[in-house]
Amino acid sequence: MVSFKVNSESASFTGDSSTPLLWVLRDHLRLTGTKFGCGIGQCGACTVHIDGRAQRSCITPVAAVEGRSITTIEGLASSDGELHPVQQAWLEIDVPQCGYCQAGQIMATVDFLNTNPKPSDQDIDNGMTNLCRCGTYVRIRQAIHRAAELTGAAK
Amino acid sequence: MSAVVNKSTSGSIDHSRRRFLIAGSSVAGGFVLGIPAFSLTGIADDSETERQIGFFVEITASGDVIIGTNQPEIGQGVRTALPMLVAEELDVEWSKVSVKPMPLGLVKTADGYTWKYGVQGVGGSTGLTGNWEYMRQVGATARRQLIRAAAQQWGVAEDSCYTRPGVVVCDSPSRQLAYGEVAEAAALLDMPEEAPPLKAISEYRIVGQRKNTIDARDIVTGKAKYGVDTQYPDMRYAVIARSPYLNGTVKSFDDTAARQVEGVLDVFKIEGPELGAPYIILAHGVAVVATSTWAAIKGREALQVEWNPGPNAKDNIDSFWQQNNDMLEGEGQVVVDDGEFTEAMSSAEKTITRRYKIPFVSHAPLEPQNCFAYVQQDRCHIVAPTQGPSGASRSAAAVTGIEREHIHVEVSRVGGGFGRRLTNDYVAEAAMISKQTGWPIKLQWTREDDIRNDFYRPAGLHEMQIGLDADNKPVAWTQRLASASKYYRRPNMPDENLWQPELYSDDFPRRIIDNFRLEYFHNTIGLPRGSWRAPAHTANAFVIQSFLDEIAHETGQDILQLQLDLLGGERELEYGNHGGPTFNPGRLAKLIKFVAERIDHKRERPKGRGVGLATHCTFGGYAAHAFEVTVSDSGELQIERIVAAIDCGLAVHPNAVEAQLQGGTVDGISTALGLEITVKDGQIQQSNFHDYPLMRIAGVPSLFESHILPYDDVPTGVGEMGIPSAAPALTNAIFAACGVRIRSLPIGNQLRDAMTA
Repeated sequence: MVSFKVNSESASFTGDSSTPLLWVLRDHLRLTGTKFGCGIGQCGACTVHIDGRAQRSCITPVAAVEGRSITTIEGLASSDGELHPVQQAWLEIDVPQCGYCQAGQIMATVDFLNTNPKPSDQDIDNGMTNLCRCGTYVRIRQAIHRAAELTGAAK
Repeated sequence: MSAVVNKSTSGSIDHSRRRFLIAGSSVAGGFVLGIPAFSLTGIADDSETERQIGFFVEITASGDVIIGTNQPEIGQGVRTALPMLVAEELDVEWSKVSVKPMPLGLVKTADGYTWKYGVQGVGGSTGLTGNWEYMRQVGATARRQLIRAAAQQWGVAEDSCYTRPGVVVCDSPSRQLAYGEVAEAAALLDMPEEAPPLKAISEYRIVGQRKNTIDARDIVTGKAKYGVDTQYPDMRYAVIARSPYLNGTVKSFDDTAARQVEGVLDVFKIEGPELGAPYIILAHGVAVVATSTWAAIKGREALQVEWNPGPNAKDNIDSFWQQNNDMLEGEGQVVVDDGEFTEAMSSAEKTITRRYKIPFVSHAPLEPQNCFAYVQQDRCHIVAPTQGPSGASRSAAAVTGIEREHIHVEVSRVGGGFGRRLTNDYVAEAAMISKQTGWPIKLQWTREDDIRNDFYRPAGLHEMQIGLDADNKPVAWTQRLASASKYYRRPNMPDENLWQPELYSDDFPRRIIDNFRLEYFHNTIGLPRGSWRAPAHTANAFVIQSFLDEIAHETGQDILQLQLDLLGGERELEYGNHGGPTFNPGRLAKLIKFVAERIDHKRERPKGRGVGLATHCTFGGYAAHAFEVTVSDSGELQIERIVAAIDCGLAVHPNAVEAQLQGGTVDGISTALGLEITVKDGQIQQSNFHDYPLMRIAGVPSLFESHILPYDDVPTGVGEMGIPSAAPALTNAIFAACGVRIRSLPIGNQLRDAMTA
């Protein structure tokens, strides 16, 4: 059995411990906000935080998260429903088109801004590798800058 | 889905059900008459506080407005745009509006199936334009019912009442009722015979304003439900091992190891389509059903299948291109032949001839295909991410034998369409598996399944030729295309029509260059083909806009001036293809001039830096691009700046118009830079994003402008207009920067190879 925390709550999984965390979240814990896109860590739709760092859950065996703390898109807003500044920025800039990749984009951005609180466009180009098939990159870039402002203002 | 009874029987139904039944019949009849779907009340829940006016509008006692959306949301913004039309005419505050997706509303009548909620399906950029009248009528009719109900309650004449947002008002005597107070009475009124007059566009205060995606909060919090997120009690999970060979079949399989995988419940063969027959599903294969997605995937990995490679086992992309090349040496099917083409071309002072190659590409929507299906004896429940819910019902009916009125289709939010989900092969597969097992099934495709099993954008080799007179004015024009038609394996499709989806006969420069000829050569290859965002426009815009740039260069003309001379002023030319009935080349002229001036195209750039222009009309909408790029001595390409502009007539939902222009441009660049599907020994060679590399954010320049140029009060679609002119603007800029002409897509390593040769 693998035990871990998801969005501050205890969780465990008793099946095949090589199962990717993605499918444990989606099929077993019914947290479907984390998306399946490629299964090989290329697209980032499955991005979650493991102990605060963005990871691609489709290539992370659940065995690797024993005792660790996972945050998914469902756990990003505060418990009173107040959105994370990155989510707020995404709404303000109206980023999503189909929206399928956006949970992963947001999770990647939260971690990215933790290490790059005031990123340049070049930093974004180097640090953001998630795919968006709709091509929302223009607005993602704007929203990352806006989220940096919102985060800076909150501090 | 509730049943609907014919109007003639409704009078005999007991009172508690009567309103609904009348409603149903009114709607079925109403649509035929062009009157909005409108019922007295359409909900089984007889709650006193919430009343539904028509199928689309629900108003709560507190004045919240819930608007139904009948079209699949694939990212084009239709789930926000259509409610904007309803809310505008209904006269409510946008902040009070939320939306509710509607299932497929198919009604069986004596004359066949008809639509309960209007035609449902999105493709060809018609989601908005096809509902432009209808949704406004829905809103206007609901507003009129509210006014009537208030007037009756007050005992005043209807025409002494009017509305302010969310309120019915009467001035004499002065009084008012909030919509929430009068909605219940309004829902009980008879439906009007015809729709009331619509607002003047000058009075709009929602349509044309910047409104954010109405359900974006669900997306950014992970609550939005896509097909892939469907859950159902006792649901099982399925994957299919499909033939890796185009048109291959299952020779035999050994499921011993697969069945030993924990969670695997069943393994069985899936019959694919007959060779050459229309596709209901894409491939022969073996299904694995399990208690979880991962168990099904692991079970498939353990499965041993021996395949019959089938008749296409020798298909190779290189021989396909060679065949196209050879075909162009001969004579093809002349499908358009205006003026005195042969004479004009042969007597031209000068001719320029070029060939361009457009590859096969895959749709690769980020949500891999999936479908929930639950087939029970005489009914079936489908939840699918689809662009065509009616087609989903047809697909499920075809493989289950269940009548379509007993197939309930729910449309989830769709994780990207791009034309892939106009076909419902994955729905048919899921229904087959559920029928076979009796279980509720969620079929999941992996990315590899998706890249290798697609209705690919057709590939083709285009030969362009222009004849010029002594003043370099065009006297004759021809486009000769050897390609694999999209209409391959379509039902009842004669060979002589195969050219139609590949050469849009009325596209520019037809009717501008009088001596004009289109010639087609149909090549064969085993890949399934289908509609890929802006279908043949992506190919033809690239080819024509590249060729014009070459002509300008060859004849020493400024490309903008050449374009403006050809396009000319505003006038409506006949246009019989989708997006017609007319085409106004002056709208393109205005756009290309705008983007050219905006990027200052006349300014001399240093060596290694250049600007490219292109413009194209796609399904009735107009767009243009200007790109500025640098190419280093070693062939490294950098896009420095993009100016994109669209003329979509009235921009109903400007945020989405801009988003589609941005996204289409990115799609155009991404596809031109690196995307190609190839075949070797009858097998697709690409499998996932490592070898089908969609562009990442680093490919998009910081300097990216999108402009919406106003034109008139009639909206065009916007979902496909942003893509076609992007690639040629990029490659024209590359030529301006470094002198390398890209005539073969994708660009790939061509720049590096040319610059370092």
